[in-house]
Amino acid sequence: MNGDEGTMAGTKNHDYHILPPDIAPLATTIGAFVFTSGMVLYMHDMPGGAFVPWAGLAILLASMFMWFSKIVKEAHAGDHTPVVQLHQRYGMILFIASEVMFFVGWFWAFFDFSLFPSELAETVGGQWPPKAIEAVMDPFALPLLNTLILLCSGTTVTWAHHSLIHGDRDGLKKGLWATVLLGLLFSCIQAYEYLHAPFGFGGNTYSSAFYMATGFHGFHVIVGTIMLIVCLKRAYNGDFTPRQHFGFEAAAWYWHFVDVVWLFLFVAVYIWGGWGHPIH
Amino acid sequence: MATTADHFQAHSEDHGHKHEHDHKPAFFARWFMSTNHKDIGTMYLIFAIFAGIIGGLFSGMMRVELNEPGIQYLDTFARWFGAVNPDFNSTLHTWNVLITAHGLIMVFFMVMPAIIGGFGNWFVPLMIGAPDMAFPRMNNISFWLTVFGFFSLLCSAFVPGGTGNGAGTGWTVYAPLSTSGSPGPAVDFGIFSLHLAGAGSIMGAINFITTILNMRAPGMTLHKMPLFVWSVLVTAFLLLLSLPVLAAAITMLLTDRNFGTTFFDPAGGGDPVLYQHLFWFFGHPEVYIMILPGFGIISQIVSTFSKKPVFGYLGMAYAMVAIGVVGFIVWAHHMYATGLSVNTKMYFTAATMVIAVPTGIKIFSWIATMWGGSAEFKSPMVWAIGFIFLFTVGGVTGVVLANGGVDDVMHDTYYVVAHFHYVLSLGAVTALFAGFYYWFPKMSGRMHSELLAHLHFAVFFVGVNMIFFPMHFLGLQGMPRRYPDYAEAYAHWNHVATIGYMVMASSLVIWFVNIIYAYVAGRRAADNYWGEGATTLEWTLSSPPPFHQFETLPVIGETAHH
Repeated sequence: MNGDEGTMAGTKNHDYHILPPDIAPLATTIGAFVFTSGMVLYMHDMPGGAFVPWAGLAILLASMFMWFSKIVKEAHAGDHTPVVQLHQRYGMILFIASEVMFFVGWFWAFFDFSLFPSELAETVGGQWPPKAIEAVMDPFALPLLNTLILLCSGTTVTWAHHSLIHGDRDGLKKGLWATVLLGLLFSCIQAYEYLHAPFGFGGNTYSSAFYMATGFHGFHVIVGTIMLIVCLKRAYNGDFTPRQHFGFEAAAWYWHFVDVVWLFLFVAVYIWGGWGHPIH
Repeated sequence: MATTADHFQAHSEDHGHKHEHDHKPAFFARWFMSTNHKDIGTMYLIFAIFAGIIGGLFSGMMRVELNEPGIQYLDTFARWFGAVNPDFNSTLHTWNVLITAHGLIMVFFMVMPAIIGGFGNWFVPLMIGAPDMAFPRMNNISFWLTVFGFFSLLCSAFVPGGTGNGAGTGWTVYAPLSTSGSPGPAVDFGIFSLHLAGAGSIMGAINFITTILNMRAPGMTLHKMPLFVWSVLVTAFLLLLSLPVLAAAITMLLTDRNFGTTFFDPAGGGDPVLYQHLFWFFGHPEVYIMILPGFGIISQIVSTFSKKPVFGYLGMAYAMVAIGVVGFIVWAHHMYATGLSVNTKMYFTAATMVIAVPTGIKIFSWIATMWGGSAEFKSPMVWAIGFIFLFTVGGVTGVVLANGGVDDVMHDTYYVVAHFHYVLSLGAVTALFAGFYYWFPKMSGRMHSELLAHLHFAVFFVGVNMIFFPMHFLGLQGMPRRYPDYAEAYAHWNHVATIGYMVMASSLVIWFVNIIYAYVAGRRAADNYWGEGATTLEWTLSSPPPFHQFETLPVIGETAHH
């Protein structure tokens, strides 16, 4: 904002982005708080548990939509000077670093359970995968297909990026369409796999670690797909220039991060974690 | 001090324009929609004081109960949390709720919001010559998430937890007490409280790192940066990398409690000790998160009032980096009593001892800074010297506890309580008060009373030592933590500690009187009210600084120190 917003003092002689007051942070927080409190009601079958989490989610998503829309408008207003774009790059890299540490927690649990399977629990019986797991998924069936789909989507998003840099708007849209469709395909296959899995959710360490780690990855795929869909819409709106398109780059970075997490899941959980076990 | 702004141009300009252009938004927009780092810092400080009073009341309730052997007041306290006719179990559960709420509030809603959210927000941009934080809107959501995380924790106190109302798991939320041991919704409110506050802290960490790496004034290299800014930078990295692991751990708790996973349930092959590993992988960096910014504040103050740059500036900066790095690989020293192998204990003992080296560098460098300086014993300096002494006491008991073999005996005794309160209640909190008296006139524009500030220190110092020093004796005699009752043999020192609490609490009254005095009758603060020793950029601005400072960026000269 350029000093005419009523909140600026004097004359601004720097390229940083000084913002006017904004209700979005408080609104987003209220959405998050209503959501978490509603989840408590839901988990304990208390009154309101059926709808309060949805209300919270709606407030949360609406506020985030409002917030991110403003960021796009500010980009058009020229507020994203080179130094502000640098901030955004740092911010996204650091956010992804924190996401990596989040997955470290889930992998930590997985390796603890798989390297030191419990001798005490009858469901585990000192072996990995545990006794209760009669069969695991064949890693070289749908999971391998999903690996190829994600890797392929990594190339299509690069296709879109190169097209954007070279001013090829048509290639940008095609590349993004391909990436979004591959992302959706991945999520569909993942859902199909969950529905046909030879083991249920929870009850032992394998299905706890498996579903929570791959489930959180799946959630991140959905978030990444939404980011790419927003980019696609913006591409149709004529947003992004060959020189300035950080919104696209952030989505692409996030997509690559999601891809790398999958590779670790595929190798560690699907292949190594089920090695030698009957497959379904 | 690491920097001087000897070519600082924006100063007179800011002053000249202050009255014509310093338009602040109207009340609601200013305080509920803020994008201003100073206003957000102020809100963090007020919130931290509010939360600190509540957390302090909880500790007061505990000290009153512990004043003499037997159960005196817990029944009454249980009623306060909504129990109608509390039975024996729910009465004792109330004790667990008190220790849990006290710990969580003081860690997440008092020390962290005050030292990082409050002083970090206020002074990082000012010290590096930046107009604001890198992401002003995200700065605001960090604050609100902290507040609503606190609400979530308050909700937990009035709904069923284990055998009574409230979450009685301890701040560590160990399974299985936090899973099968607490079936009610209280622990879920507590877990979501940590999710909300943690998300806010992660965003705050991203904001500080980006701000410090990208928004330093022209000429201010990393090696010219004030040590407080260094301390916040290291702290932000610790937050960024440790909090997500806690988020994963407490999410596992949540699904174990509500959705049938068995991460920590031995019946399904899970392992409660895994929770402790995940928790302390966060929890140990967390203790440095609380103390490192305090180190930074003490460095600024000792240098200011010794009228010398800090001794061994680079060593001081990289000592904090070393503490941060090593802080990630010592976590299992909190778990010596869980049946770790001897080899594992040896590793964690050795690694923990290593931390004493960079910490020693800091203590000795502060002393060396004072050595030969013309030290002035203004109130912040007195608090800072108090910090150095008290933190050192906590540090040396830490070296004792670092030994796996010794800790087998000391674990879960009052010796541990004494140790971590010396580094936190007497270390981090003393640093907070030091920072408060150092910067309060800069933030408010009014001078506090030096007499009252000194008196506050003297009474506080006597009070906290009376509370916590006897706890060393109690612990060595074998008194266990986390019990509302104890054998007759422990009565004497517990009584002394409770009297100490009253003394400490009365010192806070002096503090509040001092704040009121400053606003009612305090002199207006000059730009640099501490004089020649105060050389960082915040002293080139008015007190309080304009709503938006540094509209022309200051330039740091080649001749600046470091």
